[in-house]
Amino acid sequence: MNDWLDDFLVRAHLGGIGVAVAAGPLGCFVVWRRMAYFGDAVAHSALLGVAMGILLEIDMIAGIVITCLAFALLIGLLQEQRTLAADTLLGILSHSALALGLIALTLLPPIRVDLMGYLFGDILAVSRGDLLGVYGVTAGVLTALWWLWRPLLAVTVSEDLARASGIQARSVRFGFTVMLALVIALAMKVIGILLITALLIIPAAAARRLASTPEQMAGLAAMAGTVAVIVGIQASLRWDTPTGPSIVVAALGLFIVVQTVGAMGAIASRWRPAPSPSQRGNIKERRQRGEGQ
Amino acid sequence: MPADHDDAPLLTLRNASFVTGGRTILHNIDMAVHGGRITTLIGPNGAGKTTLARMLLGLIKPTTGRVWQRPGLSIGYVPQRIAVDPVLPLTVGRLLSLTARHLDDKATMVLEEVGVPHLFGRPVHGLSGGEMQRVLLARALLGNPSVLVLDEPTQNVDPAGQIDLYRLIVTIRDRRRCGVLLISHDLHIVMAATDWVICLNRHVCCCGQPEDVSRHPDYLHLLGHRDAEVLAIYPHRHDHRHAPSGEPVPDGGTDTMANNG
Repeated sequence: MNDWLDDFLVRAHLGGIGVAVAAGPLGCFVVWRRMAYFGDAVAHSALLGVAMGILLEIDMIAGIVITCLAFALLIGLLQEQRTLAADTLLGILSHSALALGLIALTLLPPIRVDLMGYLFGDILAVSRGDLLGVYGVTAGVLTALWWLWRPLLAVTVSEDLARASGIQARSVRFGFTVMLALVIALAMKVIGILLITALLIIPAAAARRLASTPEQMAGLAAMAGTVAVIVGIQASLRWDTPTGPSIVVAALGLFIVVQTVGAMGAIASRWRPAPSPSQRGNIKERRQRGEGQ
Repeated sequence: MPADHDDAPLLTLRNASFVTGGRTILHNIDMAVHGGRITTLIGPNGAGKTTLARMLLGLIKPTTGRVWQRPGLSIGYVPQRIAVDPVLPLTVGRLLSLTARHLDDKATMVLEEVGVPHLFGRPVHGLSGGEMQRVLLARALLGNPSVLVLDEPTQNVDPAGQIDLYRLIVTIRDRRRCGVLLISHDLHIVMAATDWVICLNRHVCCCGQPEDVSRHPDYLHLLGHRDAEVLAIYPHRHDHRHAPSGEPVPDGGTDTMANNG
């Protein structure tokens, strides 16, 4: 039974796709809410989570999720103080978290720690247990996102408008942060903490040109991420390149193709004929419709 | 002016103050919004107008004093502006369903009511200031509000469009008999569309009928110079005006908005 899961390549594909499907829609919100750097900072704190997991002998994923979450909330708190510009603050926290994580890992008792694996991912080493975790979390995140979709989008467009309509903006934002921390913890295995933000942002950005509603963009971002994972793994096999970076480059390629095709389409549509005067409706009709009292 | 003013207030502030970072933004405000009546809040920049609106909407709590809403009151909020990043693909139709799902038919009907039915499928980030205001107004109307709160609705609208927008607000008030709180920094242009004016500069300077407030020494001291400017820059008369889509529509001249009521 499950013989096909014995193939590490099948597991790699499945693991990568599982992460991409959750990262796509979530990445759209990262892009819409201009949180790219925030995502980076939280991802960098994941290494501290690994160290904590080893130190406290708890599950690695749990350690990462807890650390990422605590770190995300800390950023939120510090941002409310407004003593530093947001990007300066994120720059400090992001790189300090990475540096502290690296130091913490070397200070730990000499256990075999695959540092490169954490930094750049090790998708070819995805195990059956990992797959279970990936799909469990992906299903959870997508369900939560489906449930929170409208309020989260409303808070993204205008927090005042959302709150005036009775939406609990704080809880919604907290929910989003939890989802982000979960996906980052997952994606670490696949793509590594240094490149996680790419998997969130590039598929979403590629989907933008093709989408005319937020929902379409989320769906297309999930698809773009999936394609990037498949193309990246195949390319990595063919040319013996590192897999995580190959996935990111595949996503970049997709983004460039969509942008180029989109730009050409925009130029073409500019040459559409202008509406003729008869299409513009006459004044009498408008008066009858009550627009010109 | 339309008849049945509902004299029981829908929304009140009692002795409300708001202090933040050691600065008093609002001091001992008493005011009420009544059904079927347009109340205009007027004051210079930094007078605390938006803070007051946010307090009425329940977005912030007064430091002292209290906000009272008639139980079950539904408020339609039209913010000064919303910044929709072009990276978010949002059509007008989708924006109307932002906080609650609405049928397309109903959404088209309110767009018709505010004079922009042609915008339904348009992306939000390409709208002009005036179009955006009408769309935000339509969004607020979808909730069948008993009170509309409009924060500087004509900020990014040209003078002729401003008069149209105020006419529209009067029409909506007449049709729906809802209360309206209008925030403005320009009394002259909203005068004919207003039943009651509150002149605000961190505290209530004066309030009353628009004609009275426009002659009140506190008002003249605070904002009087603006009237001279407006009268000087807007003397021309047109024989038409423009529908929100940009179409010319014949008109009897730049009549006051009171004709509509």
